[in-house]
Amino acid sequence: MINPKPATYEPAPLIEPGHTFGSITDKIAGVVLTTNQPLSWFVVISIGFMIMGMLGMAITWLLIKGTGIWGVNIPVGWGFAIINFVWWIGIGHAGTLISAILLLLKQGWRTSINRFAEGMTIFAVMCAGLFPLVHTGRPWLAAYWLFPYPNSMGIWPQFRSPLIWDVFAVSTYFTVSLLFWYVGLIPDLATLRDKAKLKPVKIAYGMLALGWRGSARHWQRYEHIYLLLAGLSTPLVLSVHTVVSFDFAVGIIPGWHATIFPPYFVAGAIYAGFAMVLTLAIPLRKIYGLEDFITMRHLENMGKVTLVTGMIVGYGYISEAFFGWYSANKYEGFMIWNRMTGPYWMYYWVLVLCNIVTPQVLWFKSVRTSTLGLFAVAMVVNVGMWLERFVIVVTSLHRDFLPSSWGMYYPTIWDWMTFIGTIGMFLTLFFLFIRFLPMISIFEMRTMAPAAKTHDPEAH
Amino acid sequence: METAHTLPPAIHGIMAEFETPKALIAAAKRTYAAGYRKMDAYSPYPIEEAWEAIGHHDRRLSFIVLAGGLTGLLSGIGLQEWVHLYAYPVNIAGKPLNSWPQFVPVCFELTILFAALSAVIGMIVLNGLPQPYHPVFNVEAFSRASRDRFFLVVESEDPKFDRQGTAEFLKGLDASEVTEVEP
Repeated sequence: MINPKPATYEPAPLIEPGHTFGSITDKIAGVVLTTNQPLSWFVVISIGFMIMGMLGMAITWLLIKGTGIWGVNIPVGWGFAIINFVWWIGIGHAGTLISAILLLLKQGWRTSINRFAEGMTIFAVMCAGLFPLVHTGRPWLAAYWLFPYPNSMGIWPQFRSPLIWDVFAVSTYFTVSLLFWYVGLIPDLATLRDKAKLKPVKIAYGMLALGWRGSARHWQRYEHIYLLLAGLSTPLVLSVHTVVSFDFAVGIIPGWHATIFPPYFVAGAIYAGFAMVLTLAIPLRKIYGLEDFITMRHLENMGKVTLVTGMIVGYGYISEAFFGWYSANKYEGFMIWNRMTGPYWMYYWVLVLCNIVTPQVLWFKSVRTSTLGLFAVAMVVNVGMWLERFVIVVTSLHRDFLPSSWGMYYPTIWDWMTFIGTIGMFLTLFFLFIRFLPMISIFEMRTMAPAAKTHDPEAH
Repeated sequence: METAHTLPPAIHGIMAEFETPKALIAAAKRTYAAGYRKMDAYSPYPIEEAWEAIGHHDRRLSFIVLAGGLTGLLSGIGLQEWVHLYAYPVNIAGKPLNSWPQFVPVCFELTILFAALSAVIGMIVLNGLPQPYHPVFNVEAFSRASRDRFFLVVESEDPKFDRQGTAEFLKGLDASEVTEVEP
């Protein structure tokens, strides 16, 4: 029998050769412990902060006037607030996927990107959380609609409702993501404390580092819970978008009431999230000269994940259309036909173009290894995934069961200001993060250095 | 009680500095073999062999996290059953009051939340953090423990500890520097 020796394939290194523990530390910590920020940092944060001001204006006016300033109406009672909520929370999912699921799968390449992807998760969830909060119109009264305690009439929240599941899922997700992020930061905060020259800076990082000193006894417990947190975050992240999809799927609206929703939403979340990680990683590695750590191999891997999850999303669209026809249900059939040819037909087909057709260019290695190509695809996917939520929400609602109740949805200027404003808020928070905290995990990168190999490869 | 034991030790211990993780692990193994137990290794990133070499493995966190998760699960069940069976029983779409499958998502989320909180708080508490002061920071070179150097400290509380003898022993372990640690 012919038993040819399998061809050995040596993947590109995850870190450019020649780096030591010291050079890794200095390079990443140097971005934070300096007074010289690149000009682009000032440009982005100024623009981000101005756009965030617009968000402040939009929310202030909303609190004064009420939700009547938005474009929501009957039949389209759910508009931009839920669209943007789902879009942002989906973006967050890639951060947890990278930090938890890829850790459990022992994917070494996650190390270069997990820190800022986790940061992205936290800020995206903050943007997401803003919408359910302000859509109540009077958030100071919303506490007893959302949190489990009775109001003054003895009325409790309804635990049979997916909306209350959502409150628990999203607040747990935010808390656990924050814990995971902070735990990952502790050893790096100790590094910043030890490297800082100025006393106040030393004290600030020192307080946050909790007196971490790199003791082996501490590291053992640390690694133990880091793995446990990854194991807990993995089902959590899958549950969060599942519960978000329940907001729709548990209802009886044609176009929402579908069993494909949970897996299709989770895949869409990871798809949108990886697109956002690429959107952030490509400019950052350029601005801060981090090409040694975020290599082309990292970008290419992210391109592959984007392609795969994009095709799962494509499968979701196809199955929606197929079951619209195969169910022989008049309402389901009308819904999908109206989605494709009704007043919002253009949104549907642009979404197909953005989410299914365009990412197919990622089959080509030349696109996956071109920063410009990847960035362009990522931007298209960002837009496409927003359109997906728009189409799911608006086209399912605007044709009610009775033609006399049919309507259209037109977002107002305040809707747009709130939505674009959260992008400003995200940019502001994200760029503050890369100014004050190491955007790549320094201690995990040290384990990638050649000197960290304590096993003798010959011994095995 | 002997007075000598109640006196504070003159020094915290003796610290040896190493340039490579391999040297640290080898030294820690030999120190353990020589009978020292009250010691600690310090490294800029987690090294499994290092805590194995000093004979440390704490499994308590597994049980703490399990207990946290179960507490979360039980509070989820308790909260929802109590609200919908006793505090606020309402007929929703003809479903039974105890429509438990609809209580699963909140139970699940609370399990994860409590487990994660107990993992992080448990790690911080068992590690004795936050700890603003520790004697090892008195050694100037120790600031590189969070950068690129590896340290082994034999504490003076160890019964085998001997100020001169231990220092001589550590010097024979390939250490680039051996220093006394002020308390």
